[in-house]
Amino acid sequence: MAEDISPVLSVKDLKVVFSTRKGEVHAVNTINFDLNSGELLGVVGESGSGKSVTMMSLLGLLPSPPARINGGTVSFEGKDLLHVNPNEIRKIRGGKIGFIFQDPMTSLNPVFSVGFQIMEPLKKHMGLTGRKAQDRALELLELVGIPDPKKRFKDYPHQFSGGMRQRVMIAIALACDPKLLIADEPTTALDVTIQAQILELVRDLRKKLGMAIIWITHDLGVIAGIATRVIVMYAGQIVEQANVEELFANPQHPYTKALIGTIPAVRGERAKRLNSIRGQAPTTLKEPHFCSFHPRCDFAFDKCTSINPQLIEQRKNHLVACHLFEDKGVAVG
Amino acid sequence: MADHQPENEPLVEVRDLKVYFPVLAGVLRRKVGEVKAVDKVSLDIMKGETLGLVGESGCGKTTTGRAILRLNDITDGTVRIKGKYIHKSSLKEIRKIRPTMQMIFQDPQESLNPRMTVSAIISEPLTEHQDLSKKEREERVFDLMDSVGLNRDFATRYPHEFSGGQRQRIGIARALALNPELIVCDEPIAALDVSIQAQVVNLLEDLQEERNLTYLFISHDLGMVRHIATRVAVMYLGQIVEIGKSESLYSSPLHPYTEALLSAVPEADPEIERTRKAIVLSGDVPSPANPPEGCNFCNRCPKAFDICHKVEPTLTEIEPGRFVSCHLYNG
Repeated sequence: MAEDISPVLSVKDLKVVFSTRKGEVHAVNTINFDLNSGELLGVVGESGSGKSVTMMSLLGLLPSPPARINGGTVSFEGKDLLHVNPNEIRKIRGGKIGFIFQDPMTSLNPVFSVGFQIMEPLKKHMGLTGRKAQDRALELLELVGIPDPKKRFKDYPHQFSGGMRQRVMIAIALACDPKLLIADEPTTALDVTIQAQILELVRDLRKKLGMAIIWITHDLGVIAGIATRVIVMYAGQIVEQANVEELFANPQHPYTKALIGTIPAVRGERAKRLNSIRGQAPTTLKEPHFCSFHPRCDFAFDKCTSINPQLIEQRKNHLVACHLFEDKGVAVG
Repeated sequence: MADHQPENEPLVEVRDLKVYFPVLAGVLRRKVGEVKAVDKVSLDIMKGETLGLVGESGCGKTTTGRAILRLNDITDGTVRIKGKYIHKSSLKEIRKIRPTMQMIFQDPQESLNPRMTVSAIISEPLTEHQDLSKKEREERVFDLMDSVGLNRDFATRYPHEFSGGQRQRIGIARALALNPELIVCDEPIAALDVSIQAQVVNLLEDLQEERNLTYLFISHDLGMVRHIATRVAVMYLGQIVEIGKSESLYSSPLHPYTEALLSAVPEADPEIERTRKAIVLSGDVPSPANPPEGCNFCNRCPKAFDICHKVEPTLTEIEPGRFVSCHLYNG
């Protein structure tokens, strides 16, 4: 990809906090990343790592209160999404930015037909009416591989299976030719054979339409097969970022390494015993002035408890936030 | 577990197990059909082994597990545990056998009473089934907490104070309280984070080693089942389509469904992923209320031929210990 093309999306120093009874939880803590056109950025992390919150905050979908954006910018097509007025973000959501959620049952409205729900963004964002909207909707259903779209057009969500519903969600997300598609755990609720169908479809659509995609998941297997670049999140921070081949071949951060080691393979050698990561993920009640992973890390040393490591480029396009890879000679404290 | 040698004697023998649920309709709630959740399932679980039961949602794997413990009513067929037939036993008789068979549930959040302390949860089976003094019971609870890796100081806390992985440990301690021989683990790791799943699976393996436990491990996580199971049974639409030793089943799946299922699992390795060719099955699983004629899998099977649409295949042993239910191998 040419270097001079500016990224589709650029997130800088994003911070999100949630007010709770126990205090403010720092769910997202100084996140920085860029997304180039045609890229599929995989975001992995365990529950509570802040991956969904990051993406929801881009779209202005976080309920506030309790959520509060505590700083940062998100530039998309020359606008800062965090500071545009609600009307404008409504135009972008579902228009230039499409999204797919985990559970296709709860994200579709049960009282409207599938056809109606696909036509909705077409009417709202593209100003299509009547026949034209319907034709485009049928085209979309065809595109996402719903057999016999004319017949299924008037059906309601409950008449579709899980996989088919997710296809409908994808059709809705793609309705207005988005520049960016955000998919939050889109295959987690599906069975493996259905997941394989959906992954195949997304690969296909990406080739045909070429939009940038952010794919949030906890499944490293899915990421390995679909992403071009990967961000690993832990406790609200990015701990590692690299191209997919590089990340799996040379994981640097102890968390990434351990995470890859916990997954039992379906093919090849069978591990005698699984590697596990001791302890559990923390809640970030304070803005950390230490590495959030240090209580679970086998390589932690004194610096890890006193300074929060920065994301630094270790190898070409490979960023890691870990003191192990900084110049050990200048360890402070 | 390959490093843990199971004995060659069945603890559980299930023959032609059927669990049908009635479909009721109309004002009079008349029965208009039935959902064949489990249809003619036969399997053995050997002493000390882990039998993995895999399949997609709705294939009947949980119902099979529950029926073996008589938590579901059995429509037809026999279930024998330790040589004793239990499929027709009265609830009173079942109650006597229950200590030998326990269950670990999927969601530790919902299977623990939020108003009971950890110690009360773990000691409940002891109060129900054994006559222990308060002191003995307390000792036993502490022992159990030690063996599942829970801090004794937490005994007076309530479930909401624990994380998912710790809650699952409480559930495991409760299941162990009566020194069972068989534990049915129903998706015990599905609700947990990846880094915690490995902890729980390692714990289950250690406990099996220590106490010579037998597991029926129900899961849709094919990688984890390969790791933990001695033998694996694959279910589709209420029936077992293939059963065999874990290693041979994963390395050379025979039934077209097993083959497709395994090929669909993504591997956390971009090198493999680039070349992996998933057999993408068309369509969805049919409703168990209305299965297709002939083989249940015939309408999605890439290898189906004419007989598959007419005659139902039977589970046949095609090599020692390897059973397949497919016409491709029955001739």
